[in-house]
Amino acid sequence: MHAEHSTRTDVLLKKHPYAFIWTLLAMLTAVLMFLGKSEVRWAFKVPRELRLNLKSYISDFMDWLVNSADLGIFTFYELTRGISWMLEKPLDFTTGILATGLMSGEGSNAVQLTPPLSWLAVILVLVCLGRYARDWKLAIFVGCCFAYLALFGQWQSAMVTLSSILIAVPLGVFGGLVLGIMAHRWRLFEKFITPVLDLMQTVPVFAYLLPILFLFGFGPVAAMIATIIYAMPPMVRVTMLALRQVPDQLRDLGNMVGCTDYQMLRRILIPTAMPSLMVGVNQVIMLSLNMVIIASMIGAGGLGYDVLTALRRLDIGAGVESGLAIVVLAIALDRLSQALAKKRTKIRDSSDSQHFFVRYPYTCLCSLILVLITLIALVVPALQVYPESWSLTTGSFWDDLVKYININYFDELEAFKVFVLLNILVPLKRFLLALPWPMVIVAVALAGYQLGGARLALLTAVLSLFCAVVGLWDKSMITVYLCGISVLFAAALGIVLGIIAAENLRFGKMIEVVIDTLQTLPSFVYLMPVVMLFRVGDFAAMIAVIAYSIVPAIRYTLHGIRQVNPQLIEAGLVSGCTDWQILTKIKLKLALPQVMLGINQTVMLALSMLVITALVGTRDLGQEVYIALTKADTGKGIVAGLCVAFIAIITDRLITAAVDKSKKRLGLKQVN
Amino acid sequence: MDITHHHSNNAKLVCQGVWKLFGDNAGVFLGSYKGKKPRLKDVLDAGLIGAVQDCNLEVNDGEIFVIMGLSGSGKSTLLRLLSRLIDPTAGHIYFNGEDLAALSNKQMIEIRRHSMGMVFQQFALLPHLSVLENVAFPLDVQGVSRAEREKRAQEVIELVGLKGREFYYPAELSGGQQQRVGIARSLAVEPDLWFLDEPFSALDPLIRREMQDEFLRLQKLLNKTIVFVTHDFDEAIRLGDRIAIMKDGSIDQIGAAEELIINPSTDYVKEFTKNIPREKVLTLSAIMKPPALDVNRFCAQFPANTKISEVSQVLYQSDQPVEVVNEKGDKLGYVDRESVIKVLMSGDF
Ligand SMILES: Nc1ncnc2c1ncn2[C@@H]1O[C@H](COP(=O)(O)OP(=O)(O)OP(=O)(O)O)[C@@H](O)[C@H]1O
Ligand SMILES: [Mg+2]
Repeated sequence: MHAEHSTRTDVLLKKHPYAFIWTLLAMLTAVLMFLGKSEVRWAFKVPRELRLNLKSYISDFMDWLVNSADLGIFTFYELTRGISWMLEKPLDFTTGILATGLMSGEGSNAVQLTPPLSWLAVILVLVCLGRYARDWKLAIFVGCCFAYLALFGQWQSAMVTLSSILIAVPLGVFGGLVLGIMAHRWRLFEKFITPVLDLMQTVPVFAYLLPILFLFGFGPVAAMIATIIYAMPPMVRVTMLALRQVPDQLRDLGNMVGCTDYQMLRRILIPTAMPSLMVGVNQVIMLSLNMVIIASMIGAGGLGYDVLTALRRLDIGAGVESGLAIVVLAIALDRLSQALAKKRTKIRDSSDSQHFFVRYPYTCLCSLILVLITLIALVVPALQVYPESWSLTTGSFWDDLVKYININYFDELEAFKVFVLLNILVPLKRFLLALPWPMVIVAVALAGYQLGGARLALLTAVLSLFCAVVGLWDKSMITVYLCGISVLFAAALGIVLGIIAAENLRFGKMIEVVIDTLQTLPSFVYLMPVVMLFRVGDFAAMIAVIAYSIVPAIRYTLHGIRQVNPQLIEAGLVSGCTDWQILTKIKLKLALPQVMLGINQTVMLALSMLVITALVGTRDLGQEVYIALTKADTGKGIVAGLCVAFIAIITDRLITAAVDKSKKRLGLKQVN
Repeated sequence: MDITHHHSNNAKLVCQGVWKLFGDNAGVFLGSYKGKKPRLKDVLDAGLIGAVQDCNLEVNDGEIFVIMGLSGSGKSTLLRLLSRLIDPTAGHIYFNGEDLAALSNKQMIEIRRHSMGMVFQQFALLPHLSVLENVAFPLDVQGVSRAEREKRAQEVIELVGLKGREFYYPAELSGGQQQRVGIARSLAVEPDLWFLDEPFSALDPLIRREMQDEFLRLQKLLNKTIVFVTHDFDEAIRLGDRIAIMKDGSIDQIGAAEELIINPSTDYVKEFTKNIPREKVLTLSAIMKPPALDVNRFCAQFPANTKISEVSQVLYQSDQPVEVVNEKGDKLGYVDRESVIKVLMSGDF
């Protein structure tokens, strides 16, 4: 009897080894949960001996760095202040030109040397740029966007924001380019920078605001540095990828004509990689704009500051107006930079006989506009500063809208919210918090082993153990719960929308426009309508996260299905599949790896948004980071930030491994 | 011992016992054989790819040397070794008697700038430069002044028949035109040694033919030393003075087209040459019979290097044989209908 039993388990083990281990794990967990806190305390509270007081080490280190680190000739503090001084000058200059007028002197006794550029001149120059970059359509579009900023009284703030973007973007692009080239040139550096990039892209921004604040002081410069750090990593990645994709033949060509290393880079690699590099530039611009609001927490002025103060006052109308201005600015710059990226300069005949005006018509026209309007503005002040009496405001409209919705639909919205909270959110949260932490780590490691082998198992185990030993286990679990539930909804909704879009051409076109626009919106903007409708709490946070992170789920599903080889679909048709069978048996099966990648992106976006939702009162790691920021507790902020990053990395690695696995399987299937 | 003395004096490029194995520890693997040849199977068992194995060849001054083989046989790798775009795992390559591996980076750059040119299969034009700038690019890299390099570029552009398209961009040109730009560019520096890696195989058959004629015209004009890679035996015969046949990384045989057909050294070479119309390759000297007393009336006289196809018409119209002579007019032998028919029908002789 006993022997028979053991052989049966043997068979089971051989056939489904993982199913067996997972069941075992589940049973063990159940036993621990049954015994409860009183019996096995270590399984629910991380024992004191295991705790690592990382945050105070980090805080001490920062203190030391700022107060006593000496680099010989100067101190570390002097170095950082030197850097911020160097960045301050160009920033002051562009802000002066665009927004405040050039000043001389300090603080309140500053005198205005020149007035800022006339709003009309700026708009016209941008129209010229639009025409130069593509066509009149774009020119008019860009013109309208900036006219909107003037008309709705956002001009001054928008120009402050624009001037910091104008400095941050070139620096971010240049830095990214240099790092990318170095990584391309030296394998060792590539090995070093890749994990750093992973970390930089997953650590929530809030976490490094604080060290920057410590090192560079409160103000626009610190904000700009944070923006650059946030916006640079994609440029590094794009550069590495673009250089790698240069065809081998062109490298050979470079060698055969005797290029030196520098010539190879400057004359062959960079020019041929240029179209891809421009995609990176566009990314840097968009991410810089995404940072606008967050950066205002450490001293950036402009639109971000307006939004933030409005949010704090719960002044919905003003917040929405400034938020929309950021969106308009983002969309205009996005279209403009994309058009410039696609543009190819046409020099037919470069013979020197041509007149300067003919060769550079746009440069001449722009200079003419600037000079002319600046002169006119001297006598017509309305051209100088956009008159307040000409501006419109929609603030009260938004306020009324919110009031209207709250008065008329309050009960329905509230009922919906309470229903979801009581039936889904709260039980899930309770369950996750009740899980014994060692079992969760084992489960994560096991998943890693099953999907990617021992190395992945080790990585996931160590990273999740980190969350436990630094004493943030509960907060991490709440993060996992909020993120998980949001991703679940976002993915379900996104996949369905993606499928419909792929099947229905008209709907597909429409949704592509919508998601293109959604992607240009800074994450903060999502908070406003949500707060308007649902006020604060987990539910509001969840809705905001879903709205922000749904885009990749839709996009990847759509593309995944569209990419399915039409021959396979025809093969399905010929063998008599119904539409439904073709969708489920062929298209979705083959699109699965793509869809999973989309979900991976959704998780990443969800995590980054989750941190921001701390502003609407969640109790997860995001709140921890945010509190650290307000209390200037560097160590706490960084540790909590690392936890978020590690959760992101674990998810990313697990999903990537799963995708690889399923791709391999699909590949094999095609061979048979 | 100075190896360079062992080969004939007019060899431009010499390749001695050259190996290229791809994979980890290829050098260690080859070193363990201490100069002996590992078998193909051993190479594969070691997890290595034997792209080029024990190649020996000499390219003479002023000849067109064709490397020919099927896809994956290692032609491009051999060419890249000859131009030192990659370093051999073992063996030596001498250019004008100098060991390329012994040169410093700087010297190599010098040699490439002034003595080597290469034409690529996928054209390898820089998309952001106009035709003129592309052709002038090698000179630009050398630091030649703008006026001078553009003048030279104009010359070679005219030479390849692209005059009037100087300010087009590569994307605006047809495949044939793009490859002309590639050829012009490689000629801009007046190289001694000209490498061409399947320059015409990306083109459609009609244009390919046209470009081959163009190539022969240029070579008559310029008289360079050429290493030409192709996977097309017809092309090899049309262009090559000598042909090296490659298989699985090794060279099976090197020789003039005629030699390969008459005396294939391996079954593989035989298989390759099987479907070639012999009368277009073989010359009278290959099938002529020695002078005989009883044959003394001829319908015509031909030099020994005349292709058989050129005399078949004459033999068809007359029933007398043709006489074969050398350049000086000495009688070497004769060719009659019977021997030509034999070639046309069976391929065996
Ligand atoms: N960098 C490399 N790393 C590993 N293997 C390589 C590399 N380059 C070439 N090979 C291998 O060496 C062999 C010869 O390749 P090569 O490109 O020289 O062939 P080829 O004769 O030029 O073929 P084709 O006519 O298709 O151009 C092939 O099996 C190829 O896979
Ligand atoms: Mg090749």
